Amino acid sequence: MRKTSITGWLLASPLSLILLVFLAAPIAMIVVVSFWGATEWAIYPAFEFENYEFLLTSSVTSRVFLNTFKYAAITWACTLVIGFTVAYYLAFHIRTLTWQIVLFLLCTIPFLTSNIIRMISWIPFLGRNGLANSALISWGVIDEPVEWLLFSDFSVILAFVHLYTLFMVVPIFNTMMRIDKSLIEAAADAGASGWQTLWQVIVPLTKPGIMIGTIFVLALVMGDFITVRFMSGSQSANVGRMIQNDIALLQYPSASATAVILLVTVLLLIGTLLRFVDIRKEL
Amino acid sequence: MTTISKIRYSRRSMLKAGGAAVAAAALPAPMVWGQETKNITLRQFGTGVSNLNEVAMKVKEDLGFTLEMTALDSDSVTQRAATQPDSFDIADIEYWICKKVWPTGNLQAMDTSKIANYDKIVGTFRSGKLTPESVIAQGTAPHTVGFTSGQNGKDFVQEESGWMTLIPTIYNADTLGIRPDLIGRPINNWSELLNPEFKGKASILDISSIGIMDMAMVVESMGEYKYPDKGNMTKEEIDLTLGIFTEAKKAGQFRAFWKSFDESVNLMASGEVVIQSMWSPAITAVRSQGIPCVYQPLEEGYRSWGGGIGLSASLSGMELDAAYEYINWYLSGWVGGFLMRQGYYSAVPETSKNFMSEDEWGFWFEGKPAQGDIANPFGKVMEKAGAVRDGGSFYDRMGAVACWNAVMDENQYMVRKWNEFIAA
Repeated sequence: MRKTSITGWLLASPLSLILLVFLAAPIAMIVVVSFWGATEWAIYPAFEFENYEFLLTSSVTSRVFLNTFKYAAITWACTLVIGFTVAYYLAFHIRTLTWQIVLFLLCTIPFLTSNIIRMISWIPFLGRNGLANSALISWGVIDEPVEWLLFSDFSVILAFVHLYTLFMVVPIFNTMMRIDKSLIEAAADAGASGWQTLWQVIVPLTKPGIMIGTIFVLALVMGDFITVRFMSGSQSANVGRMIQNDIALLQYPSASATAVILLVTVLLLIGTLLRFVDIRKEL
Repeated sequence: MTTISKIRYSRRSMLKAGGAAVAAAALPAPMVWGQETKNITLRQFGTGVSNLNEVAMKVKEDLGFTLEMTALDSDSVTQRAATQPDSFDIADIEYWICKKVWPTGNLQAMDTSKIANYDKIVGTFRSGKLTPESVIAQGTAPHTVGFTSGQNGKDFVQEESGWMTLIPTIYNADTLGIRPDLIGRPINNWSELLNPEFKGKASILDISSIGIMDMAMVVESMGEYKYPDKGNMTKEEIDLTLGIFTEAKKAGQFRAFWKSFDESVNLMASGEVVIQSMWSPAITAVRSQGIPCVYQPLEEGYRSWGGGIGLSASLSGMELDAAYEYINWYLSGWVGGFLMRQGYYSAVPETSKNFMSEDEWGFWFEGKPAQGDIANPFGKVMEKAGAVRDGGSFYDRMGAVACWNAVMDENQYMVRKWNEFIAA
């Protein structure tokens, strides 16, 4: 008895240690620093609420958080629709496993380059004199270049969707592959139409995958700063950029406070989502 | 080439030099000394403008020791100078950064009597006056943060005290860059940046400490307000300045903001933007793509910046001597010529003259028409014969400086307001 319990502890300890050192400790440090004070060139230990007070009372914070939610919500909706469709096609319309694997790998090819490059390559494409505008003009769709294609919320969300759809495809595809095909046959035998099968059988059974994809996309979009900076031409702000600005100006305590609030918000959001779906079924 | 006069050993050099150091300690002969210098490594960091590998290679060739260069953006430079004093030996920073970093005590003052060309350094960095008649511009003028009271001083003094905080190395006068082909009319004032004619085609840089100065130039040029000191605004002045720009931003005046050099080049070259705050080498980069771009001199004058090298407080012994040797070498002309052929100015222009052709000197410094093709130090042709430098001669350009890059007393307030402007 005693021996197995020691073995158990030993087996669990590497992971706990790694989590403790690389996850719990840094977060604890961020929380501690968020109460510190800062001068222009240094930070000093203190226990003050000035950082939070400024954050929670400034109108910029609420605007920036709203903007962050807006990006997250729209990106989530777009990636969900595209991701679900792609996964559905792969799982139910492609018959052989070989082709499923081939097509799935095809989806991942763009991810062989860095995401900065995938993002920046949109800029010449969407620009005033870019490919999109010149094509539209030569087709006679528009007379003058469309300005909102680049350095706008549109371009930010486009880049997000492009960057993160795969994170939705993978978990959804994974759950769909585990759906027992006999359930679909049973639905068909019972006289369900294609839509009914989709809505009443496949979607409910895919929920854990959708939820995992959602967590990925939300966490990535809410924590992003570089996509927003490049694709909005620095004209829009989200929480990540706010933190980045603070760090650049040596305001670590203020950056930590913003990070803590962002962390709490994201955790609350994910906590709420998990109330609806039990992703443990998936694991 | 001068040699280091005294032989002293710091712990670090002893460890690095290993056997050679032991030999040198036993036999302090000049012969061994050369070997010793080779084992010195100085770590320099700074902004990309002057952290060039060519300089490090030339140092190795001329002085024998190794210079390790790290190029960072100005925010990171400030951060590193202020928070990691042991991570560098030489800091290549701007004067406004010096104002922030000097009080931390991470840098040590330099004895001007050890600087051979000190008397030849242009007046801007000593008395503040380029020529005896010059008016000192607003902002963090280099001479106001260029001297301290003594070797261990943490303050700034306003006279030439013999102890310099930074040795000036590189500086220039900045203005707006324009695309003459897309604008098609003369531009003479800073206020044009907010002219509705350029709606959706203007840009400004998103580096608060520099951007706010460009904004102040614009506001003053529009006749909205006359600042007692653009480099040190009150809270009300900051609100007013950013208020005007927030309004313009909401009206769609700006296409984008830029933070890095390449972004400004791309915005201009692609035609997304036709008028924007810009840096001199960015103009050159656009032009070298065959796209017309002018560094437009404006009636209100230039916004200027200057950089210098400072020594880490932890530098001592042989490394310190090497650092002085490096500084003296820096001011002796080769680097100056190298930088001036890219459009910057050197702190001791007359020594740089020896390292430039007469035509190059005439074009870059005297504002004369180029006689033949003007190439940059990397051999790329920048200007054809007959071209004249935008803004003219050194004295025309540096004599028309209206303000220096600055850091304000209300800096933290300004930064918060700047963030609001970006989020607006």
